[in-house]
Parts: sequence; C-alpha cells; structure tokens
Amino acid sequence: MLSPTTMKAVRESGAVPQASWLMEIEGVCKSFPGVKALDDVSFQLKRGTVHALMGENGAGKSTLMKIIAGIYTPDSGSFKLRGQEIKLVSPLDALENGIAMIHQELNLMAPMTVAENIWIRREPINRFGFVDHGKMHDMTAALFRDLNIDLDPDTTVGSLSIANRQMVEIAKAVSYESDVLIMDEPTSALTDKEVTHLFAIIKTLRAKGKGIVYITHKMNELFEIADEVSVFRDGHYIGTKDAAAVTREDIIRMMVGREITQMFPKDDVPIGEVVLSVKDLSLQGVFSNVSFDLHKGEILGVAGLVGSGRSNVAETLFGVTPATSGTIHIAGREVVMTSPQVALAHGLGFLTEDRKETGCFLMLDVQQNMQVAVLSGEYIRGGFVRQGALTKVCEAMRDALRVKTPNMQERVENLSGGNQQKVLIGRWLLTKPRILILDEPTRGIDVGAKSEIHRMVSQLAGDGVGIIMISSEMPEILGMSDRILVMHEGRATGILNRDEADQVKIMELASH
Amino acid sequence: MSVENTPATAAPAKARVRRLPPEFNILVVLIGMALMFEALGWIFEGQSFLFNILRLRIMILQVSVIGIIAIGVTQVIITSGIDLSSGSIVGATAMVAASLAQSSDYTHAIYPHLTNLPAIVPMIAGIIVGGLGGMINGGLIAWTGIPPFIATLGTYVSIRGFAKWYTRGNPVSFLTPQFDYIGSGIVPVFIFLICAAIFHVVLGYTRYGKFTYAIGANRQAARVSGINIKRHLLLVYTIAGLLSGLAGIVTAARAQSGQSGMGVGYELQAIAAAVIGGTSLTGGAGRIWGTVFGTLILGVVTSGFTFLNINDYLQEMVLGGIIVGAVIVDQFRQARRAKV
Repeated sequence: MLSPTTMKAVRESGAVPQASWLMEIEGVCKSFPGVKALDDVSFQLKRGTVHALMGENGAGKSTLMKIIAGIYTPDSGSFKLRGQEIKLVSPLDALENGIAMIHQELNLMAPMTVAENIWIRREPINRFGFVDHGKMHDMTAALFRDLNIDLDPDTTVGSLSIANRQMVEIAKAVSYESDVLIMDEPTSALTDKEVTHLFAIIKTLRAKGKGIVYITHKMNELFEIADEVSVFRDGHYIGTKDAAAVTREDIIRMMVGREITQMFPKDDVPIGEVVLSVKDLSLQGVFSNVSFDLHKGEILGVAGLVGSGRSNVAETLFGVTPATSGTIHIAGREVVMTSPQVALAHGLGFLTEDRKETGCFLMLDVQQNMQVAVLSGEYIRGGFVRQGALTKVCEAMRDALRVKTPNMQERVENLSGGNQQKVLIGRWLLTKPRILILDEPTRGIDVGAKSEIHRMVSQLAGDGVGIIMISSEMPEILGMSDRILVMHEGRATGILNRDEADQVKIMELASH
Repeated sequence: MSVENTPATAAPAKARVRRLPPEFNILVVLIGMALMFEALGWIFEGQSFLFNILRLRIMILQVSVIGIIAIGVTQVIITSGIDLSSGSIVGATAMVAASLAQSSDYTHAIYPHLTNLPAIVPMIAGIIVGGLGGMINGGLIAWTGIPPFIATLGTYVSIRGFAKWYTRGNPVSFLTPQFDYIGSGIVPVFIFLICAAIFHVVLGYTRYGKFTYAIGANRQAARVSGINIKRHLLLVYTIAGLLSGLAGIVTAARAQSGQSGMGVGYELQAIAAAVIGGTSLTGGAGRIWGTVFGTLILGVVTSGFTFLNINDYLQEMVLGGIIVGAVIVDQFRQARRAKV
C-alpha cells in the first residue's frame, strides 16, 4: 500500500498509472457506537462521469462520502484511487490526492475575498515574500473563465448568494486539480436558474475527465445530470444502474425496498373539529399567505424542499418569529402569537428540527430535559419546584415512551439520537398539548426508533391532538399524513388528501 | 488545466471596484471627537484643544504603550481569541528589563554584577519574557483547547504574580540613561507607529496575515484548507506577547523604573482600542489602521476630558460607555451585512 505522500509524489511526477476506474471501493464497513453505518459497501467511479448516490436519510450515503473525502477512516475494506490502494488520514490528505468535497455547509471564510478563499495556504508569493494580490486576482479570473463563472475575485464571500458561494467552492476544488469531486445535495438551496448554471459547470467538469460523486434526493436531477446511479439502503449497497436505463420506479423500489404504507402506520381515527386555523400567514421576505386548517386527531404533513419555508412557518406558529401579517385562530379564538410563552399557554408544542442545536440541553440530564417546559403552574409551589411530583411524571413518561436510559440522571448527550428525540417528545407531551408541531421528527435516527416514534405520533392523533408534521422523507409524509400541505419558495402550493397524494404530485408541487 | 501558469491573455476581468475601507468611518469618528473637544475648549476653557503641540504630544505619548499592545491584541481578536494577560506581561517585562538596566551608581542593584549593561540587553531580555508569556498563552489555547478567555485569565493572574515575586514587590530604579532614552521624547510614538506599519503589511500582505484572518473567519474551513491551526495560534499569541513585552520596556523606560504594578488595566484598554477600531470580536475582520485610530480615539477622549477638567472617575464611566457603543455599532454593521 502506498502512503498518501508517496501517492502524491507519484501523481506529481506525472507517472500516474492508468487505471480503468478512477476510484474503487470494496467491502467497506464503518460503525459508530450503536450503529453500523456502512456494511460491506462497494462503489466504483469512472473518469468523466457523474455518479449519483441515492438513498433515504440514514442509508449511508453521507458516511461513504465522508470516507471518500478523508473525514472518516473505514473500519475495513479496500479503497483504491487510480488503481493504487490508498489510506486517507484527513480531508487535507484527500484534497492533496485529488479528492475535493463541495461541502453542504459551505466551508468558506465569509469576511475574506473570493480569491483569498480559493488560494488560502497556496497564495502566490512575490520575491519579497509578500502575497501577490494582482497575480492572485488574475489566477482566480482565469479559473473562473475556464469554468464560466462570472464573479469578481475581489468581492468578499460574505456578500455572495448561496449559489455563488457554491461556485467559489467548486472553483476552489478545481484549483486543486482534483479528479474526484464530491457534491452533497448541491442544489438544495438554489433557484432553477442557478441549478441550470450549476449543471452547465458540472458538464464542463465532466468533459474535462473528472469523476463527480453527486448526492441527491431529487429524482429529476438524477435523469438530467447523472450517468450512473448507485442506491444505498440502511448502510447496505443495493446496486448500480445506468441512469439512462432506469425509471423513477426502479430507483424508488431500490431505495425503499418495502411497501411504503406498511412501514408508516397511521391508525384511522375520527377527525374532529378545527383546532387551528391559519389565514394568510406571512413573514416578510420569508413566506407569504400560508393558509390551512388543522383538525382534532389529524396529522397534517408538510412537505417541501429545504429552504421552502416549512420550518419558518412552524417557528412563526410557535411565536419564535412573530408573523408580519395574517391571523391564527386556536379553537375558534384569534391568538396573536408574539412569543413561545403565548404558544405554550394556548396548548402548542414544538419539536424543533435540529435536535442538538435547538432541542436538547445536551449537558443536562434526562430529567432536566424532560421537565423544562412544565416548570410553571401546577409543578411550582411558593416559588419552589415540586421536584418529587415532577420526577414521578417524568419517570412515567420515560416508561410510556420506552426511553432507553440507565437512569433519569444520565446526560442527554450520551443517549442515542432516537432516545434523545423521545425525551424531547416527552417534554412536549408533559405540557398536554392540543396542537403539536413536529419538525423532522425522525431525522437521523435508526429504523427501529423511527417506527416507534411513528406509532407514538399516531397514538397521539388518536388521543385527539392535532399534529403538524414537517418531513423531508417522502415515505414518512405519505404514510403518516391525513392531508399534506406542500410548500415551495415561501408559498403553500397545495394541499393534498391522503388518498390522492403520491410522490410525483408532491414533487410537482414542491418544485413547481 | 494549469492555473499556476496563467495565460498571457489573463487580464483582469473587471476593473477592481475601490470602496472606502471601514477604517474611514473610524477616522471620521476620531476627527469628529477632536473637533468636538476643540469646540468645547473654546466654549468652556477659552482656548484651543488641538492647536497645542505640548498637549498633542502628551496625548499620543500616553496612548503609545496601549497602541503597541493593541497591535498584538488585534491579531489575537482576529483569530476570534482574546488576550487578558497583556497588562500583566507589561508588568513582568518592565521588572525584568529594569533589573538588567540598572546603573552602577546604585549600590543596591538587583544584579550587582550586571550593571551598566548596554540597553540592548534589557531590551532583549524583556522581549524574551514577553514572548514566553505569549507562548504560554498560545500553547495552552492551541494544545489543551481551553477557551482563550480562561487561558489568558490564568496567565493574567500568574504573570502579575511573577512580576511581584521577582523583587518581592520592590520597585527597581536607577536605570542607565541609555535605557531611559527608549521612553524619552517621542521615541515611544515612533516605536508604536513603526510596529503599526510593520504589522499592517504583515497582516495584509503575507501568508501569516491570511492565515490569521482565515482561522478567525471559519476555523473549520481553515483546517480543511490545510492550515496548521495550532502552530499558527501559538505564533499569533507569541507575537502578541512580544508586543506586550515591548510595551513593558517602553513603560519602564518612560517611568525610569520598574514597578510590579505597571500595566494594570492595559489589557482592557488595548482590547477597547482594537474593538473601537473595528476589529470584530467574532473574528475574521479587523485591521491595524483601525486599531491605530481606535487607540487615538482613546487618547483624544482621555486628554479631552482632562482638558475640560472632568473628574477622572467620570472619565472611566464614559470610557466604558464608548467601548460598549463601539461593539453595538459593530453588531449593527454585521447584521446589515448579513441581510445584504
């Protein structure tokens, strides 16, 4: 096996062995505590192709990608780059071996200029040892011309749109003369026009013989840009197909591998009166004129791409970012939702999208995490917390939700994602909500815990709670919802009934 | 495609747009404040504030030491760090430098055999002490991962302790005229401005500078781009220590003695100078010129208040308000930038 530095030297000498595959991965396994993220996975990338990776969340795409980019090291298996066995130890190591990742979370330095971002650590130096800004500008301009990117090298990255920042990242990757480019859902925050531009650039890169690993959730992109597609499911490699020879249905079957409706049970329960009525709700510059009714015992699914305003509507309903216009009626009475305190007082609960950032108090124990929303009213006497009573109800909740924790004093950060989510659901159930907003309730948790949470949500609906469930996972939306509200670019583009909804209709409304 | 060899046709795609640098705003504030005191001077004191060479000299002299420290502190803050230990480093270096700068006329010198040394000896010793202090800060922050605030809070206490322990609290006096020269006349102002010019170039036009901004702007991105963050942080804090050491030497030379209490509170004034000068506490942004103007604003305010016979304690209260005001302005600026 060649060490990365030897590999780099070989590459620089120009004596790169011609291999049939640009990259070959075989039998790779990767485990994390409690989860086998990749199990015996194989993947091959040809020069001059765009290779799409598809699969549901948690299928292992991200893990595989991070292994390719040198962020994770595999537990076992072989990894060949241009025919040579290689072991990457860091993202920089990957970069220097010609593998660049266009990060979803955009790894750029916002206050610095475009040119500075691209050439960081490789700035052209003049003979006095100073950075040659003129040359750096020209190098950037040349790079941009090559890729058909129209950006001023001297503007600060912070003033660019997301799409343009992505262009900078791509240019940066190309400037390393990378052969393998990994793009993780690059279009998730782009407008149609920007997507067209991005695809043009991808095609340019492909024509230059680069191999592009393209992770996406969007079917139509697959047919538009990909040459090959590999599908993953639950950490397993399912298969690779020629993108021109597969149908949408083939891919879905490979991705899901089971009947959608069986996986996500929603019991039929009587749908009651309207508990929440939203009219023309708007938040200036974010979303506008969203209207819908939510009934007792109903699960209203909210679908749409990331950035469509789904989560913003939820935040506005909960008073985090009060609406700029429109009305909210709860049980027939108008409520001016100015803060989460008001929302709580009206029986709303809100499970936020980002468990770790806005949900859990990771450093606090299970007990503290569960009781935090009910530290008022009946559990307070004379300014003191009635800890005894609270402990009792929290323990009962833990048992009811089957939270796996050694005891109530365990720090929440030591729990698995699924159990953290259950703790948070428990937090809201203790408030005895009439309306519960769930934003991505099963993101990033394993399949078992997922179905338990689905059963829980279904049971809540049965108990008469009105539920708004935002989700990026199509099967979850389709399986769980009584009705589906679809959003696109800050507007509600349609509401579908359970029996008329399917993936295609939702995708059409979500991408308009 | 080779990007190293730019084709000959590669003329700049667009004429580079020149915008006013943010430092311009700070200069306007500086001039505005000076003019305000000028006007108040004629109203209340019946004399000019600005057209008085002696006052201007004292004003700049007073803040030169703060300015030298602030140049280092600015770099630390750009990496999104903080340095609370600089005032203590001033005290420690002042003591060590003074102890090696004593004249043989004095019979109770700290090192009786090391008197009448050329001034370069105490200078080098002082700079080494400052550099060591900075290295301890940088080492702690880079390799243990503790927050800069805590690391430098610890050294703030310990290094001050060292300064007191060094002579068991006794002041060191009777220094050689050669050493005293460093603090005489407007030499401190020269030292301040030379340091400012050097680090303006270093921050703007060298890799050292680019790395400093990169680490503060987005540490993850800097790491992924292959910057050795630990080594660079060590370097930045060491440079900040060196500059504090230099400030300590100047302080001792100006006072013609070393006292363990020298430099108390300087760290906060230096941070204030940097922040008033537009260095963002979130890191990634800030320039030396801004800090120079920030330092001068501190000078104008202090000397303007003295000129107007405003109570010292009241001055401190207002100064605190100015620091907070500068940060509020910075936040508004950032919020506006984020919206665009």
